Amino acid sequence: MREKEEEPSLRAEPNGARSGKLVDVGLPVIVFALFLLLWETIVEIARIPPYILPAPSVIFSTLVKDWPLLSASLMVTLTITFEALALAVVGGVGLAILLAQSRWVERAFLPFAIILQVTPVIAIAPLLLVWLEPSTAVLLCAFIVAFFPILSNTALGLASTDHNLLDLFELYRASRWKQLIWLRLPAALPYFFSGLRIAGGLALIGAIVAELAAGAAGQGSGLAFRITEAGFRLNIPRMFAALTLISLTGIAIYALFSVLSYVFLGRWHDSARARER
Amino acid sequence: MNDAHLPLLRMKGVGKSFANGVVALDGLDLDVRAGEFLSLLGPSGCGKSTALRMIAGLSRQTSGGIAWRNGVMPQVGFVFQEPTLMPWADVAHNVYLPLRLSGVSEREAEPRIRTALEGVGLAQFAQAYPRELSGGMRMRVSIARALVTRPPLLLMDEPFAALDEISRFKLNDDLLALARGLKTTVVFVTHSVFESVYLSSRIAVFSARPGRVVQTIEVDGPAVRDVEFRLSPQFAESCRRASAALDRASGRTAA
Repeated sequence: MREKEEEPSLRAEPNGARSGKLVDVGLPVIVFALFLLLWETIVEIARIPPYILPAPSVIFSTLVKDWPLLSASLMVTLTITFEALALAVVGGVGLAILLAQSRWVERAFLPFAIILQVTPVIAIAPLLLVWLEPSTAVLLCAFIVAFFPILSNTALGLASTDHNLLDLFELYRASRWKQLIWLRLPAALPYFFSGLRIAGGLALIGAIVAELAAGAAGQGSGLAFRITEAGFRLNIPRMFAALTLISLTGIAIYALFSVLSYVFLGRWHDSARARER
Repeated sequence: MNDAHLPLLRMKGVGKSFANGVVALDGLDLDVRAGEFLSLLGPSGCGKSTALRMIAGLSRQTSGGIAWRNGVMPQVGFVFQEPTLMPWADVAHNVYLPLRLSGVSEREAEPRIRTALEGVGLAQFAQAYPRELSGGMRMRVSIARALVTRPPLLLMDEPFAALDEISRFKLNDDLLALARGLKTTVVFVTHSVFESVYLSSRIAVFSARPGRVVQTIEVDGPAVRDVEFRLSPQFAESCRRASAALDRASGRTAA
């Protein structure tokens, strides 16, 4: 637990820090731009038809042209993703707290959670589609995949509370409730956020996969449905445009939860802080 | 050893064996007198920390008994080997914890938190987070937290073992001043002969396997201790006696 006293910053290099930031942000942007340029050029030179591989410029113009259609689908997919995620947070954290109450409960219920996790969601989707309304089935699929990382991470966090702090709470005769609110939950917060970041991406994947499985049966109009539909019509540029939106959504969700995690953990947790050298 | 006034607590024939068969303590007899600074000195693994946890009620003896004066356990403060702070709470809220757990409102607690932090010289760090502090400062926060309820009994489990000597000497002096000011009885676990002599009015020397008190040594020194005492022949003599007792205690098993 010891930490070295901070040394006077002999090695502080303001310029170095700034160029470091430039490399962090600038380099990936430049490399990605070069990649798009290369793609554009190859498509141009080799005269690849757009129904095989559309150039980035074509994808972009399709995105603009089809925006009314695609944005509506994006909203559908986003709604499912966030509804599923909200359910997963409530269910995952709730069950984690329940499991933390006793070993018996944990032993009894954990197998169910694990079975849900290890069974690929695409294999469950057809069954759920038989049982449920397509929209409910899609939501449930997204929930199932997002649920487990939140449950397991939160449960791990609740269980890894500092034993000395637990002793301290016992010494002051704190009730289990106070112990949960003021000790176990804050201690679990970093674990919860790492679970949430994974779950965010998985909820999106779950929503897409379930909608793909629903296929024509689902009268839904999410992004996955647009991809299937565009495939049938050989409208490859629109397929790529929908794909681009899915990627961007995934990135946005990850970024959102990273920021959220930073806001909550920034001042105290090592995971949210840069190492000082 | 005078029975004129009852001890604050008396441990009689206390034993502790763990489920894996390890016997940590066996036949431990120990009195803690009100107002004294008692060190439990012994080699590592001799059960002195276990004894301390028992006094705190964090561990139960498997034989023997612990009797408190008046029959009730008073409020105790406990300082662990590590600072054991909540990393998500700033210094003031870490110190607030014992009061919060006993239902004191934040506004009511504010002056008491300030006093406790002033006592350990960290008044201006109330808003800092534990990770922003050095090891010694974190330990000071931990001490402030233990003392914020003004407990009649303070239990400390090798609190300064991980600190450098300079911080440790400084903390030794500050601890003595605090304990004197609050008239707190202190039970202090250590494996350092010098630390125990410098701090204590009495030292209980433990032997290992089975853990028990083999000798108690009264340290005669001035009421207020400082560098002078550290360099005095009195100090050297007490260290020699404590060392000899420790050698005898560990000699039994080491041979």
